Amino acid sequence: MKRPQQIVFRPLVRIWSVLPRVSVAGLPDLIMFSGGLALFYGVIQVGRNWLGPFHPQLEISRSPGALPVYAGYSLLRIALAYVLSMLFAVTYGYVAAYRSRAERFMIPLLDVLQSIPVLSFLPGVMLAMAALFPGRQLGVEMGAVLLIFTGQVWNMAFSFYASLKSIPREMREAATIYRFNWWQRFLQIELPFATIGLVWNSMMSVAGAWFFLMACEQFGDFRLPGLGSYLQAAADGGDTGSILLGILTMVAVIVLIDQFVWRPVIAWAEKFKMEQVESTSAPTSWVLDFLKRSRGVAVFRKRAIRPLRGLMIHYFARHEVRTESAGENQAVLWLWRVVGTSALGAIGYAVVRVVMILTGLHGSDFRQIGIGLFATWLRVNVTLVLGALWTIPAGVAIGFNPRLARIAQPLAQIAASVPATAVFPVVLLVLIRLGGGLGFGSIVLLLLGTQWYILFNVIAGAMAIPTDLKEVAGVFGIRGWERWRKLILPGIFPFLVTGMITASGGAWNVSIVAEYAHLKGQVYSTVGIGAMISAATDAKNFNLLLASTIALAAVVVTTNRLLWRRLYRLAETRFKLEG
Amino acid sequence: MTEPVDPIIRAHAVEKFYEQPDGNRIEVIAPVDLDVEPGKIITLLGPSGCGKSTLLRILTGLSQPSSGKVLWHGQPISPENAGVAIVFQSFALFPWLTVLDNVEAPLEARGVPAMERHKRALRILDTVGLDGFESAYPKELSGGMKQRVGFARALVVEPEVLFMDEPFSALDVLTAENLRNELLELWLSKKMPTSAIFIVTHNIEEAVLLADRVIVLARNPAWVRADFPIELAHPRDRKSPRFVELVDYIYKIMTQPQLAVAVPDAAAAVQKPARQKYQMIPHARVGGIAGLLELLQDRGGKEYLHRLAEVLIMDAEDLLPIIEASVLLGFATLKEGDIQITAEGARFAEADILTRKILFRQAALNHVVILQQIDSMLHAKADHSIPEEFFYDILDEHFSQDEVERQFDTAMNWGRYAEIFDFDRESHRLVLAEPVGEPHPPTTTPVQL
Ligand SMILES: Nc1ncnc2c1ncn2[C@@H]1O[C@H](COP(=O)(O)OP(=O)(O)OP(=O)(O)O)[C@@H](O)[C@H]1O
Ligand SMILES: [Mg+2]
Repeated sequence: MKRPQQIVFRPLVRIWSVLPRVSVAGLPDLIMFSGGLALFYGVIQVGRNWLGPFHPQLEISRSPGALPVYAGYSLLRIALAYVLSMLFAVTYGYVAAYRSRAERFMIPLLDVLQSIPVLSFLPGVMLAMAALFPGRQLGVEMGAVLLIFTGQVWNMAFSFYASLKSIPREMREAATIYRFNWWQRFLQIELPFATIGLVWNSMMSVAGAWFFLMACEQFGDFRLPGLGSYLQAAADGGDTGSILLGILTMVAVIVLIDQFVWRPVIAWAEKFKMEQVESTSAPTSWVLDFLKRSRGVAVFRKRAIRPLRGLMIHYFARHEVRTESAGENQAVLWLWRVVGTSALGAIGYAVVRVVMILTGLHGSDFRQIGIGLFATWLRVNVTLVLGALWTIPAGVAIGFNPRLARIAQPLAQIAASVPATAVFPVVLLVLIRLGGGLGFGSIVLLLLGTQWYILFNVIAGAMAIPTDLKEVAGVFGIRGWERWRKLILPGIFPFLVTGMITASGGAWNVSIVAEYAHLKGQVYSTVGIGAMISAATDAKNFNLLLASTIALAAVVVTTNRLLWRRLYRLAETRFKLEG
Repeated sequence: MTEPVDPIIRAHAVEKFYEQPDGNRIEVIAPVDLDVEPGKIITLLGPSGCGKSTLLRILTGLSQPSSGKVLWHGQPISPENAGVAIVFQSFALFPWLTVLDNVEAPLEARGVPAMERHKRALRILDTVGLDGFESAYPKELSGGMKQRVGFARALVVEPEVLFMDEPFSALDVLTAENLRNELLELWLSKKMPTSAIFIVTHNIEEAVLLADRVIVLARNPAWVRADFPIELAHPRDRKSPRFVELVDYIYKIMTQPQLAVAVPDAAAAVQKPARQKYQMIPHARVGGIAGLLELLQDRGGKEYLHRLAEVLIMDAEDLLPIIEASVLLGFATLKEGDIQITAEGARFAEADILTRKILFRQAALNHVVILQQIDSMLHAKADHSIPEEFFYDILDEHFSQDEVERQFDTAMNWGRYAEIFDFDRESHRLVLAEPVGEPHPPTTTPVQL
C-alpha cells in the first residue's frame, strides 16, 4: 500500500520543486541570447541603410509602426558618439595629466572648447561631411555623430583628467614600489579611480546629446531618419496624435536608458567609491541584480574576462614599456615636436585662409553680423532674466518645502529630460497658429531649452541653506524682502550663478535652431546670428557662414571669460556658506 | 659600528630641493649620509614637516635626490631593482580590490603565475592574522585590519628592507600597541624574510620600543641631528630607568636644537652643530601655550617632558610645538629634559584676559622676528596697513609652500591675539590694531583660540 502511493506522489513533487529553479536560472540567459540575435539583425539593417545612397528629400513615415525603427536609429547615433567620446576623453585626459608640457595648453583649450556653442558648427559640419562621402547616407550620419561627440566629450575629458590628478600620492607610490606595469596601473588604479566621475559626466553628456541629436535630425536638407525628424514631420502635418506618440516614445526611451543603463552602472560603480567605511544607503538596480544572477554572465567572466585580464597583465609584466631610457625619451620628444609643429602649421594655414575669406566679405556683411550678434545677445539675456524671474521664487518655494519638493522634483525632472529641440517643431506650430512671429517665439524656445538649469540649481541652493540660519532669521524678525536680501539671495547665489552659466551656454546653442525654421514648406526667421548662420547654409554662402560662426564663438567665449567666470569666482569666495 | 657590515642601502650626500611656483628653490634636505645595514630596525624621528617622508622616498628610489646618490648593494637604486616594500600611513590599499586581490597585485605585477600567487598571498594573510578575510573589501575592515593588509601586501614580495611611514599613527592607541607587538614578534622570531626594517615615526616611545638604531632629524632643512644605537633587550619595559632615560634624552634633542647633547653613557652618537636660519615659529596656538603654562604653574613650575606628555595624553608631535613656542616667547626654559616656567610665564599663567594680551604682546615683540618686522612696517607706513603678500614675500624665500601657509597661520593667530595687527578680509591687508580695550572695527572676525 505504501509503495504505489510514493511512486505516484514523487514525480509531482519533483516537477513543482524544480520548475521555478529552471526558469529563474535560465531566463536571463534566454533573454540575453535573444538580445544578441536582435542586435545582429539590427547591425545588418543599419549597414544596408548607411552604406546606401543619400536621400536629400527624406520621406518620414508618420505611422506608429515606424517609431521603434526611428528610435533605434536615434539611439544608435547617440551610442556611437558616446563610444567615440569615451575613447577620446580617456586619451585626452591621460595625455594632459601625464605630459606637463602638453597639459599647459590642453587644459585651457578644453575650457575654450567647452564654452563654444556646438550647434553653431552644425551647418558647417554637415556640409563638410556630406562632401566627404558624396552621395552616401554615411556622410550625414557621421556628421551627426561628430556633432553629438563635440557636444558631449569635453566635460568627460575634464572629469577623467581631474580624477587622474587627484589620485592620492601614496596610492601612486604604492603602485610604483610594487612595480605595477602600465597596464596594471591603468586597469587597477586609474580607471577605477575615474569611474564615478566618468559615470556622472556620461549621464550629463548623453542627456545633452539628445538635444543635439534632435537638432541634427531636423536639420534642413540633411534631415535624418529618427525621432527628431518624426516629430518634425508630425508637426509639419499638424498631426496631434503622432506628436503625442512621438513625445511618448522619446520619454519612454529616456526612461528605459535610465533603468537599463545608468541605474545598473551607478550601482556597479559604487564599489569604486574612495570612502573608508561602507555607506548605508548604496544605490541599487534590479537590472544589475538580474545580470549578477545570470549564469551566462558568470561563465563569461570566468572563462573569458579573467583569463584575458591575466594574459594582458602577464604580457605587460614581461614587456614593460621602458619610460626611463634616454634614447626613447629623445625619440618621443621629437615625435611630440613634429606633431606640435604640424599642428601649429595647420592652424596657421587655417587662420590665413580664414583671414582671406573674411577680407573677401563686404562691409555690409560685417554690419549684418554685428546686428545679428547684438540681437541674439539681447535675446539670450532677456531669456536668462525671464528664466531667473520665475525659477527663483519657484525653486526657493520647492527647496524650502520638502513636501512640495517630493511632488515637484520628479515632475520637473521628466519635463527637463525631454530635449527642448525635440518639441521645437510642435511649439513652433502652436506659436504660428497663435499668430506670433519668431521674434517673440524664439524667446519662448530659448526659455524652453534653458530654464531647467536655473530651476534645478536654485532648488539645490535653497535646500543647502542651513536650517539654523533660517531659524536665526526668524528669531530676528527678518522677513519679506529683507529675508530675501539677507538670507535667501546670498544663500542661493553660488548655485544661481552655476545655473545661469549653464543656461547661458545652452541659450546660445538653442539660438541657432530657434531663430530660423522650416515649417510646412515655409521659412520662418527673425533677426539674429543664429538665423544668419542657418540662412547662410541654406543659401550655400560659405564665407558668411564661416564669418558668423567665428564671430558667435568669439563672443560667447569672451562673455564667459569676462562675465561668468568672474561671477563664479565671486560666488566661490564670498558667498560660500561653509566659510 | 664595530663590525664592518656591507650596507644594503647607502645614501651618500643626498640633498633635496623643491622648486616653488615663484621660482625659489627651497632646501628640504641638507646633504645627508645614511646607511641601512642588515639585521636592524632603524627608526627615523623628527618634528613634523621636517622631511622624514621625503628622505624615505629617496632611500626607496621612489624619488630622485637633487644631488648625491643612493646605492642598492652598490648599484644606483630604482624601484625596479630594489627589494623594498613600503607600509603607508594611509594604508594606500585599493578599495575596489578584495583583500586577497590587494595582496596578489604586487605578485601579478612581477609576473608570478596564478597558482603560486594565490598560495603565497594566502600564506602571508595567514601570517598577519587575516585568514578568513580574503574576500572582504578594505572598507569593510577596521583601521587595524586595513594596516594588516598593508603589511601583508608589503611582506608578500619578500622585501629585503621593509620601509614604513608612520604605520601606526592612523590607528587608535590600543590597536597601534597590539600591531607593534605583533610586528616585533614576527621580526624577532624571524618569521618574515626581511633583513632590515626602516620606520619613520614621530612617536618617541615607539622609536625606543622598536629600534636597534635611532636617527633624529632636525628641520629646515633636514639634517641628522643624532644617530645612536639602542641595545636594550626585547621585550622592552617602558618603566625601566634606561628606557625612561632614552625617551627623555630624545625629547631633549628634539626640543633644544641649539644644544649639543651627548648620549647618556654611550659614545657612539654622531653630533653636528646646529645651523641658524630664518626664525621658524612653532605651530602652536595661543590657547595651547596658555594651557601648558597654566598646567606647569599648577604642578609647581617644573616638569619632566615625558611626564608632561603622559599627563596631557599628547603625542610628541603635538606637544613639542607648544613647548617650543613657550620657550621662544620666553615663558619657559628647558633644562636637561625638564621644562621650567619663567617669571614672565608665571605672570602670564596667573593674569586675567586683558593682562595676558599685554604680556603676550611684549613677549611676541621681543622674541618673534616676523612679528617685529610687521609691527615696524605698520608703524612706518602712512596708512598703517600692509598687504598680506608682504608676509608671503618674506617667508617664501625661506620655507616651502606648505610651511609658508603654516607660518602665516600661526603668525596671524599670535599677532591678532596680541593685537599687533588686525586682518581685513576684504582687502587681504594687515592693519594696525586699535589699542587694547577699544572696540574692534566690524570687518574683523574674532581670534580663534
Ligand atoms: N612635492 C613637494 N613639493 C614642494 N614641497 C614639498 C613636496 N613634498 C614635500 N614638500 C615639503 O617638504 C617638507 C618635508 O615634507 P615631508 O613630507 O618629507 O615631511 P615629514 O617629516 O614626513 O612630515 P610629516 O611629519 O608631516 O609626515 C615639507 O615642508 C613639505 O611641505
Ligand atoms: Mg611624512
